[in-house]
Amino acid sequence: MNKIIAAAMFATVALGAAANAANLSGAGATFPAPVYAKWAEEYKAKTGNALNYQAIGSGGGIKQITANTVDFGASDMPLKPDVLATDGLQQFPTVIGGVVPVMNLPGIKPGEVRITGPILADIYRGIRKFWDDPVLVSYNKGVKLPHLPITVVHRSDGSGTTFLFTSYLSMNAAHWASGPGANVSVNWPVGIGGKGNDGVAAFVKQTPGAIGYVEYAYAKQNHMTYALMRNKSGRWVAPTAEAFAASAAGAKWGAAPGYYLLLLDQPGANAWPISGATFILMHAKQANAQTGHDVLAFFDWSYKNGNPAAEGLDYVPLPEGVKGLIRKSWLKITGPDGKPVYK
Amino acid sequence: MSTAEISAADPAPRRLASARGSRFEPFFHTACFVAATTLLATLGAVLVLLAIGGWPAIAKFGVGFLTQNTWDPVADVYGAAGPILDTLLVAALAMAIAMPIAGGVAFFLVELCPPVLRRPIGTAVELLAGIPSIVYGMWGLFVFAPVFAKWVEIPAMSAAPAGSIWATIFQGIPNGTGLLAASIILAFMILPFMAATLRDLLATVPAQVRESAYGLGATTGEVVMKVTLPYVRRGAIGAAMLGLGRALGETMAVTFIIGNSHDFPKGLFDAGSTIASTIANEFNEASGMQASALIALGLVLFLITFAVLALARLMLRNQARL
Repeated sequence: MNKIIAAAMFATVALGAAANAANLSGAGATFPAPVYAKWAEEYKAKTGNALNYQAIGSGGGIKQITANTVDFGASDMPLKPDVLATDGLQQFPTVIGGVVPVMNLPGIKPGEVRITGPILADIYRGIRKFWDDPVLVSYNKGVKLPHLPITVVHRSDGSGTTFLFTSYLSMNAAHWASGPGANVSVNWPVGIGGKGNDGVAAFVKQTPGAIGYVEYAYAKQNHMTYALMRNKSGRWVAPTAEAFAASAAGAKWGAAPGYYLLLLDQPGANAWPISGATFILMHAKQANAQTGHDVLAFFDWSYKNGNPAAEGLDYVPLPEGVKGLIRKSWLKITGPDGKPVYK
Repeated sequence: MSTAEISAADPAPRRLASARGSRFEPFFHTACFVAATTLLATLGAVLVLLAIGGWPAIAKFGVGFLTQNTWDPVADVYGAAGPILDTLLVAALAMAIAMPIAGGVAFFLVELCPPVLRRPIGTAVELLAGIPSIVYGMWGLFVFAPVFAKWVEIPAMSAAPAGSIWATIFQGIPNGTGLLAASIILAFMILPFMAATLRDLLATVPAQVRESAYGLGATTGEVVMKVTLPYVRRGAIGAAMLGLGRALGETMAVTFIIGNSHDFPKGLFDAGSTIASTIANEFNEASGMQASALIALGLVLFLITFAVLALARLMLRNQARL
């Protein structure tokens, strides 16, 4: 009897010590890295638990979590439910961002030019070559579109931003879906490639008549000339935090197994059509229940307290209802004993 | 008696040191041997691993990997003729720009420079060689490109008569990026190394040789072209080859400014992509066949660079024999 009590006490002490010294590691997408770093900093100040996140890219994050070298992976591309099942992974979104078409047109201010998904696909396919193309003009009555050749700028490095953007083009144009398709990098029919958001932005800034696509936070912080996009409800929307939130709110998260959901062309009067969440990947069966618990405790804390930090960095927090759904789905992440690691 | 005298005169510490030295000798030999062979083994391992990693792509696409030009990560079809051609083209252009300038810098430092300026200019050239390539890339994209577009690309494109060969050569997007812009940045990067090596080579020309040429009434230009340059010719070619080796493999600066398009370039101002820039761009997010194709690209670059450096070594050896 004494032995059992002693063992139990020892276990408690050991667990307590482990919890105190928690040092979590994650790796993956570069897009959410600033907000994860900020959350980790605040979390450490509050709880003493440290979290080390390496921004090595979504593909790297998926490889690392599959190889079990990190406690969690992060990816801008959600994994399909069958892939999750095969690799024994669970995934959940953390914050929302999106892609914004930006351009360099002399005399044109941000939000003056209106573009639809099919036109964007035509431009990136090289079908529409000039800014005063009749189809573009028909959506932009009263805007003086110059007779300038359109220079297409895309990302040259593999990127979740490109995945989201090309997925959107595929949804909006059959020629894109059957042609270049959707991926982190594709076989671009036309245009030049810039490395990273700053590379794309530099090319756009230096080339009159250029169009490119960058992350929302980047476009906002650098005051780039963005286009208005037509969303699923037929309304013209500007890329604002509210428009991204509307996109996330309108999405049917509950009906998406494994939260496999691209926030493209979501319903909602104010929804921005090219939005996307970034995701965390964890093993459904945790080898160490305490580690699994610590990781989920961090994200639970971040859901509760992290919104101001996320908004400060121009990310859009998840709607509260979605967070509730995710917390319930955490019950599927279990320890070696088959019990949920975090409640 | 005489033996005793000698041993007495011989300082004891030296004998002691020598005894310790001979004990140390085997370790020294082993350490040097290990250092040298580790390097060789690493080189071999890199080659073998590149071949293994790239094998799926090589086996699937065969010669087409070198001759076809499709780079489609969605359909998983890879042919790298574009990046291979651009790599050679950009490196050749960079050499064409850098070699005369490096020669000029070296000749000036050795033949014409006032002694007061020799040290500062020499040090500046060596410092230039130490600037990280990302700095060259950033400078190229944000500072050089706008200037290059305004003062070179746009005037050249407007001056070229439509339909002429110049219109074809100057084709592209006039935003200061592309093949020629990348070549110029690359030339800046390999210039210091080549200039410094050439300067050291020219300094090895015996004073008698140079002075007899002057004595015969040769001008500075004639001395350089007819006497000192032929004297160091082989070594100079070796230095140029080492510069070319760096130009072939340079990654970050080129990635920033070349425009990163896998298509065959249509003109000097058009966007392209080199082997190194393609790997740097895509390896992070690549998996499966794409990763294998990128590793195979690495193997191709390895072989090209290896050939260049082997050639340089051969020439340097001939120079040493002279």
